[in-house]
Amino acid sequence: MNAIKKLAVLALLLAAPAMAAANTDVPLDVAPINLKDQASLQRGAKLFVSKCLSCHSASYMRYNRLGDIGMNEAQIRKDLELPDEVKTGSTMQAAMDATSAKMAYGVAPPDLSVIARSRSADWLYTYLRSFYVDTTRASGWNNTVFPGVGMPFVMSDMQGEQVLEVEEHGGHKVQKLMLKTPGSMQPAEYNTAMTDLTNYLVFMGEPAVLVRHQLGWIVLGFLALLLVLMLALKKEIWKDLK
Amino acid sequence: MNAMKKLLGWVDERFPLIETWKLHLSEYYAPKNFNFWYFFGGLALLVLVIQIVSGIFLTMNYKPDALFAFASVEYIMRDVQWGWLLRYMHSTGASLFFVVIYLHMFRGMMYGSYRKPRELLWIIGMVIYLALMAEAFMGYLLPWGQMSYWGAQVIVNLFATVPYIGNDLSTLIRGDFVISDITLNRFFALHVIAVPLLLVAIVFVHLVALHAVGSNNPDGIEIKKNKGADGHPVDGIPFFPYMVAKDGVATVAFLIVFCAVLFFAPEMGGYFIEANNFVPADPMKTPAHIAPVWYFTPYYAILRAVPPMFSSQFPGVVAMGVATMIFFALPWLDRGKVKSIRYRGPIYKAFLAAFVVSFLGLGLLGTLPSTPTYTNIARVLSVVYFAFFILMPWYTKIDKCKPEPDRLTSN
Repeated sequence: MNAIKKLAVLALLLAAPAMAAANTDVPLDVAPINLKDQASLQRGAKLFVSKCLSCHSASYMRYNRLGDIGMNEAQIRKDLELPDEVKTGSTMQAAMDATSAKMAYGVAPPDLSVIARSRSADWLYTYLRSFYVDTTRASGWNNTVFPGVGMPFVMSDMQGEQVLEVEEHGGHKVQKLMLKTPGSMQPAEYNTAMTDLTNYLVFMGEPAVLVRHQLGWIVLGFLALLLVLMLALKKEIWKDLK
Repeated sequence: MNAMKKLLGWVDERFPLIETWKLHLSEYYAPKNFNFWYFFGGLALLVLVIQIVSGIFLTMNYKPDALFAFASVEYIMRDVQWGWLLRYMHSTGASLFFVVIYLHMFRGMMYGSYRKPRELLWIIGMVIYLALMAEAFMGYLLPWGQMSYWGAQVIVNLFATVPYIGNDLSTLIRGDFVISDITLNRFFALHVIAVPLLLVAIVFVHLVALHAVGSNNPDGIEIKKNKGADGHPVDGIPFFPYMVAKDGVATVAFLIVFCAVLFFAPEMGGYFIEANNFVPADPMKTPAHIAPVWYFTPYYAILRAVPPMFSSQFPGVVAMGVATMIFFALPWLDRGKVKSIRYRGPIYKAFLAAFVVSFLGLGLLGTLPSTPTYTNIARVLSVVYFAFFILMPWYTKIDKCKPEPDRLTSN
């Protein structure tokens, strides 16, 4: 049976790269996010509401769920500059309605509630930093991670304007993004802002994720203790079988 | 105490309570040398209960409507108290159900548990397995994500390849010309009532059959041949309390694995919950790569490995169907003199190892997009898969078996 066990392990090892592979040609940067960093999550939430919510909705996310990342009702109202008619218990709806957005950009902006779960954090982090000026596009923008993207780059005031340069390296082409016009942020500052935003998008994809991890350790701890007791019980009961 | 005794007596005069307890628990004698592989039957029962209970609570909040299904799942994940826990219990349970069932079936193959007198027990088990596949397939449509939708589309379209009646058959299954709200509604009905009812009934029959013939064991010999003066098998021990205590340890160990997945990796890297399923179903947008959930991928790889014949995919569909059903024939394909792998010769061991490699290999290939190389590997592995069964009458007969012991050996 040892041979079978070895083969099973081998098959699992072979499966590992398949798990990591994503269906994109551009190598993705690792998003240095940390779901325990409440300050980062709160900065990300602010950025999300001020930048993304103009066109995108997050129809499954309620404002008051930001309580999970340490924002109280007053903070949610003040920091996110909610208009008085929006209740904190309501879901996050785009300022622009879907029909006019579709007229303007050619596609309806997707709902972002679970975007981190379908796209992954690394994809989002790379995507948000990969816009470049492309005069052939109606919007004037393109993206290396998402070629032909419909969205204009709404954070160009922060990052500045990038251009795409293609270099030849031993036969194969390498795409390189160069900052042409600087924005209001230094590149490192912009990367931190996008880390915050990605961090927030991951949290928003599953707001229960924080409590899930906490509870997980308690449950596993309880079960470990129970396992010891069950082993002792089994040993005690099996004593009289000798 | 006296009142309790009186109550028990009152009930027992009207219902065979003590008799049932004795027959199935305190005087059901199980072989004393059960090893690791014998935990999975009981664990399958545990997962069945987990699925039914978590499923009931999910049903209270889920909406089987193409317009609301996706949103109602997110509502469960966010607004329902402990909804995320219920949903992950159910999704983790679905995958682990198959892990447990595949290990349970492999145990049966290793120790010849399908051989006389347990042929019917094996067949009932196979019916459970098929019902479970139907249950999982229909349940996967309910979250109404892209993978739910297109996975169902692909699988229902398999029925469309049947000559002459195919198109009508697939329309009949969907209740529409494409997967639609109607399909979602009927799959919901089948997933929460029809198939679970059937599953519980056949699991009960499986246990009745098991307790009539008695459990097999790692030595593959009948403990009932050696009975003591008290009329009980000398190598058997009462299920209660001994096996219950042992299974209790296994249950907690299994729950540790279950909870580790549930709390820390519920998507399991996209194998238990696919990333694309967080995009709402869109009938106008076909995903670039459609892969079924991992437990169907060995059969999916066989389907893709068979080339179309007479411009029809039907041969592949037949191969896939035969690959799932062929386990039914095992009791009659196996001509070995012994049941357990412990006393089998090298040929059987080699064939079984090759079968395991082909099953795992096909499972892996089924998750990947097909390329010419992968298709060729899948073809070789498919041949190995079928060779294990088709050549079995021959190689089990000529294999050099070791003599079986008279009494159970310890581990």
